[in-house]
Amino acid sequence: MDRLTVRIWRGDAAGGAFAAYEVAARENQTVLDVVSEIQREQEPALAYRFACRVGMCGSCAMEVNGRARWTCRTHVRRVARPGEALTLRPLPHLPVIRDLATDMAPFFDKWARAMGSFQPKDAPDGAVPEDFAVVPPGSKARREADAGIECIGCGVCHASCDVVAWNPDYLGPAALNRAWTLVNDVRDGAQAARLAAVSGDAGCHSCHSTQSCTERCPKGLDPSSAIAGLKRRLFWDALLGRRG
Amino acid sequence: MPDRRHPTYLAFLAHRLSGLALALFLPLHFWALGQALQGEAALEGFLRWTDHGLFKLAEWGLVVLLALHLAGGLRVMALEFLGWRARQKDMAALGAGFALAVGLLFLLNVG
Amino acid sequence: MRGQLHLWVAQRLTAAFLAVAVAVHLVTIIIAVRGGLSAADILARTRGSEAWLLFYAGFALAAGLHAAIGLRAIAAEWLGWRGRGLDLLWLGLGLATALFGIRAAWGLYHA
Ligand code: HEM
Ligand code: HEM
Ligand code: SF4
Ligand code: SF4
Ligand code: FES
Repeated sequence: MDRLTVRIWRGDAAGGAFAAYEVAARENQTVLDVVSEIQREQEPALAYRFACRVGMCGSCAMEVNGRARWTCRTHVRRVARPGEALTLRPLPHLPVIRDLATDMAPFFDKWARAMGSFQPKDAPDGAVPEDFAVVPPGSKARREADAGIECIGCGVCHASCDVVAWNPDYLGPAALNRAWTLVNDVRDGAQAARLAAVSGDAGCHSCHSTQSCTERCPKGLDPSSAIAGLKRRLFWDALLGRRG
Repeated sequence: MPDRRHPTYLAFLAHRLSGLALALFLPLHFWALGQALQGEAALEGFLRWTDHGLFKLAEWGLVVLLALHLAGGLRVMALEFLGWRARQKDMAALGAGFALAVGLLFLLNVG
Repeated sequence: MRGQLHLWVAQRLTAAFLAVAVAVHLVTIIIAVRGGLSAADILARTRGSEAWLLFYAGFALAAGLHAAIGLRAIAAEWLGWRGRGLDLLWLGLGLATALFGIRAAWGLYHA
């Protein structure tokens, strides 16, 4: 049977180097299958992360041959030609814990800074509102929110965005995409504070519309357009003096 | 080196580098045009001094960069203000084509 | 950050104006370079023309500010130059460039 060469970055925050492994090249195998096989049969100490294996949890992202991807839904034959090696690194733009496992805390801290959590209008203490809010599925705001809501928090977009590397404060595509879904949530009561949080150099105004995030998002979301929405809203608010 | 090969990323790079070149050129351009303050002869003297092929080449390059930056800026603003997300790659290609066309026109007319 | 938002707004507003101005400028250049450019040709257009004076002064103002805000972003992201002091410096540089261009426009009007 053909062999597949896999180069895996091994190390921690202090540094590291690539180690090479070989596994059987099968017709149907995902990158995550390969990593799991190596961990189980050759390198029990190999650190990596996964949970659902079906593209729902967002925990398995790595850099595969130069590009950030979710590994549980990435077939080896789609990223490496027959005979070509796989090169795996931890997800870029986040601190490495060990080997292929990165520390996602800074990524989710940015969601918090972008006010990426729902702030109910009529129940400020988090209590369940009296009545159900009616949000027509066809309304423009609802469609904007729906377009970005399926984010699994995998960090692939964040890893693919140069501005994140150039400006460590930059909130990045996932957090800003999340903020845009909430800006379009008519039940949310924290709009002014959220728009202030996503404005400026750390926020949407540092995005240069390279669309790397949109290009690479495994869920087919479009953070770049969500960020454009934030810019548009803030532009007209500033021009028409709509907020403080 | 992370893999950033896709059309709209290249469009961003082209836009940034053309903007950088244009911004550096601007003071020079203003200085040259300012020769007019010393009268027509001074401006004419400067223009004749730039008749060399090298200047013509630089001028052609700047015209192409200006057209490129204009088209790139319109692409960005079409996304930001009109939410045109579907045809961004075509727009990036159109922008490059537009810059080449302007460059060609300039070449045909210079002479 | 209100200041940073306003810089962004200023850059898009100047860009919208520049889109028109640059289009006019490209057409002018391509017509002007036909058969070589001379000071007499340029001044024949601009001398005593309030319309061209206004156009070039506006063009210079928009371009100066737009370019400085652009350079600020490039310096922040590629060189790590950030801070309020630098922001003021960029603003000053943009205004100085603009004034330099307006001076040239005045020269072309007045020569
Ligand atoms: C960075 C962007 C710009 C570029 C690349 C550019 C390029 C050029 C070029 C190539 C020419 C032909 C002149 C020659 O052959 O020497 C020209 C002419 C000229 N430019 Fe610009 N330019 C720019 C911005 C401006 C601005 C902002 C002003 C406003 C003051 C301006 C005012 C003029 C004038 C008055 C002429 C003479 C046009 C004529 O023939 O009537 N330019 N420019
Ligand atoms: C006088 C001519 C011009 C000069 C010197 C100039 C210069 C620059 C510079 C240096 C940048 C920064 C690039 C970056 O941050 O990546 C920039 C950005 C930009 N320019 Fe221009 N520009 C000019 C004309 C225009 C025109 C005509 C348009 C619009 C149609 C335009 C639209 C833009 C936009 C939208 C950006 C922001 C891009 C981003 O955030 O990535 N510019 N410009
Ligand atoms: S479009 Fe904006 S957020 Fe997305 S990758 Fe480019 S700079 Fe980053
Ligand atoms: S927007 Fe897409 S790439 Fe970014 S975290 Fe969400 S699912 Fe992952
Ligand atoms: S393991 Fe859950 S998304 Fe890949």
